[in-house]
Amino acid sequence: MQRDNSEAGSTTIAFSLAVFILIFTIVTVYIFVRKIWWFPPAITAFGGQIDEQFHRTLVITGVVFVAAQLGLAWAIFRFRDRGQKAVFFEGNSTMEFVWTLATIVMFVGLGLYGEHAWAEAHFQGAAPGALQVEVTGQQFQWQFRYAGPDGKYGQIKPELISASTGNPVGLDPKDPAGKDDVVSPVMYVPANREIELLIRTQDVTHSFYVRELRLKQDAVPGMIIHMHFNATVPGEYEIACAELCGLSHYTMRSFLYVVSQAEFDKWMSDQETALQQ
Amino acid sequence: MVTHDSGGGHHHPPSGFIRKYIFSLDHKVIGIQYFFLALFSVFTGMALSILMRIHLVWPHAKVPFTASGQITPDQYLALVTMHGSIMVFMVLTTAPQSGFGNYILPIQIGAEDMAFPVLNMLSFWTTFVSLVVLLSAFFVPEGAPISGWTAYPTLSAMGQITGPGEGAGQTLWVIGLAIFCVASLLGALNFITTTLDLRARGMTLGRLPLTVWSWLVTAILGLLAFGVLLAACILLLLDRTAGTSFFIPGGLVVTDTPIISHKGGSPLLWQHLFWFFGHPEVYIAILPGMGVASHVLSTFSRKPVFGYRAMVGALCAIGFLGFCVWGHHMFISGMSPYSAFAFSLMTMTIGVPSAIKTFNWLGTIWGGKIHFTTAMLFALGFVSLFVTGGLSGLFLAQPSLDLYLHDTYFVVAHFHLIMGVAAIFGIFAATFFWFPKMFGRMLNETMGKIHFWLTFVGVYCIFMPMHFLGLAGHPRRYADTTGVNFLAPLHSVHYFITIAAMITITAQFLFLFNLFYSMKFGKKAGENPWNATTLEWSIPSPPPFDNFAGHVPSVYRGAYEFSVPGATEDYIPQHLTPEKVGKAH
Repeated sequence: MQRDNSEAGSTTIAFSLAVFILIFTIVTVYIFVRKIWWFPPAITAFGGQIDEQFHRTLVITGVVFVAAQLGLAWAIFRFRDRGQKAVFFEGNSTMEFVWTLATIVMFVGLGLYGEHAWAEAHFQGAAPGALQVEVTGQQFQWQFRYAGPDGKYGQIKPELISASTGNPVGLDPKDPAGKDDVVSPVMYVPANREIELLIRTQDVTHSFYVRELRLKQDAVPGMIIHMHFNATVPGEYEIACAELCGLSHYTMRSFLYVVSQAEFDKWMSDQETALQQ
Repeated sequence: MVTHDSGGGHHHPPSGFIRKYIFSLDHKVIGIQYFFLALFSVFTGMALSILMRIHLVWPHAKVPFTASGQITPDQYLALVTMHGSIMVFMVLTTAPQSGFGNYILPIQIGAEDMAFPVLNMLSFWTTFVSLVVLLSAFFVPEGAPISGWTAYPTLSAMGQITGPGEGAGQTLWVIGLAIFCVASLLGALNFITTTLDLRARGMTLGRLPLTVWSWLVTAILGLLAFGVLLAACILLLLDRTAGTSFFIPGGLVVTDTPIISHKGGSPLLWQHLFWFFGHPEVYIAILPGMGVASHVLSTFSRKPVFGYRAMVGALCAIGFLGFCVWGHHMFISGMSPYSAFAFSLMTMTIGVPSAIKTFNWLGTIWGGKIHFTTAMLFALGFVSLFVTGGLSGLFLAQPSLDLYLHDTYFVVAHFHLIMGVAAIFGIFAATFFWFPKMFGRMLNETMGKIHFWLTFVGVYCIFMPMHFLGLAGHPRRYADTTGVNFLAPLHSVHYFITIAAMITITAQFLFLFNLFYSMKFGKKAGENPWNATTLEWSIPSPPPFDNFAGHVPSVYRGAYEFSVPGATEDYIPQHLTPEKVGKAH
């Protein structure tokens, strides 16, 4: 029988491992509870719902995390070989049943609870009277198009796209509906107003992401995807690309400005229409 | 139960260097070949990752082998792509399954070799060719691809026009992967046939070690999933080279150049195909590690596995449900939000068998008599890491939370802890456990323990902080943090991660040294240094060419008969005849 006794039930190893797991658990919980690195505050009611569901999930996973890690640490220390006999048991059907049922209820319950926020984001469209903003991703910047006073977007044709001559989205000069379209590299929206985004791309998949809106949506070639939000807190918010789109994916950044209705109207009237640029 | 003439019918040991070590038909040699392929690949993958970490923190550092002396953004993305591809395919899909599975499975079921030894040899060499093709992407003029290991079109489908590395580099990547698929399909066939057909007398399914169960379920996943990836690769290759439009819609303009030669395709089709493969793939990566963990925890607690039947059921449930959850990678993709709801519920459900396994691992060591061998330390570490990595999945499984967390470092933290660490710990545990059997010598336990501590502390220091980067909204695959303002306060976290990575990767060289040193100079190992119960411990270390020297044992009991009340020894080997039980060994 070949067994090196130095690794038998070593109290040093058992104690160190248990203590490390304990410290790791405490540090992790501390960082989460103190929110040392955290989301920025949400600026929509919807964002508030997301944050509540996150909190619910954090509590449940946190309890399981602490229980499992501490259970492991305790077992490591308590059952190190000190010359005792191991207790022979092959299982416990009752315990199996109970913890399986508890897990199903907790996990599936948590999942069902969170579906309401998802439904609000995706199962229902924008509220009537929403302001539409067409969001176009391209390697490597964002373009935002507003339909202007006529409320209609002008036709765009891919073959007319020419960033170098001031037509980055390819507006057709022959379409009268496009004459009042405004194209901007940054997005302005009025606060407390339903905004409908029409998210699209010219070349590869990008992803429109604003942390404070708790909103992210891939811009997929060949698709126009609708999202909606209602921002209540004025401010400047960064837009980052969140789907690998090539060389300069990390610089594909713009800004969302949430402003008062009056400021928004002024900004719109200050913009040159796209075809004039 | 029928016993067949086991193995490929070779009755004489092979002669000649080529037959013995290069084109060997012996599952043991092939297992070691896979192991060394994975070893080479993991150090390559780590080298790529340390360059990534250095670049994120010191973007202007002078780096050898780069054209300009520094890593450019496209080179960073090539590192990201190749790191992921090499680690997932050439390490996590080879070592646990093709490496240890090949070596140990036939012995553990009492077979003299795999069912199809020639196919086995072809599987390895096909894998080798796929690795060469994959690595060759580094050496083409425009470099390796930049589309990530996930290679989403249209970035990956339209050629050089979408970016550097998207020419020949991406094509080689696709071909390399397609070849790998073929190799994996061949391997899976072998594993399933062997396990079902070549078990020794008395080795019923209910007496199979959990390692064998895990290799069997993994092989079934591989058989069903790799065909889909192969199809996807062929379609992508056709889009890139033959003018087809499976993944490319019409009306695209790339940098002012209209793309007129494609229309009608959908990028989402690639995602469905890739992730229908990709999700089972990650279970292929972890299931063998779970089998090893169960096996090692039981052996070194001197206790049976707690709830053997539930463990088997959980392996099968994870395998089955693994095919039902692929959409959780696509919540934000533009896929139907109603199917997102369905995928979310399935994903929360797959957490249940994983939780059952965790409870049962704790139940296995509870009340035990724990020996802290290095193998056991890695198995215990596996449990801790699986808990941590698995729980972050509960956040990502909910599409409402995924709206924020998708494509952030929170995801990077999740999959690294589960795959890049827990699965690796499964490989380490397997190495320390079976090295004596494979090489006839013990690995050095002191070096092993130092390596374990540095690695266990190190990986938590690397990957826990990534959760916090994700909570702050840090997107993935960013070549640096200067382009976006909200990333500036996170620089100190990146610095901490990079330092931790440098220390942890350095510690892996201690493992490498231990491995090669012990092969030559390790303490000689007997038949059963661990007083373990399964069939591999009933034969010499290393085993003869046909495993059982012509005397295939019969099996009389389950695989985990430890500390059975009334027995003289605290373990009863599976092959010991009932009369011999109770007598001194």
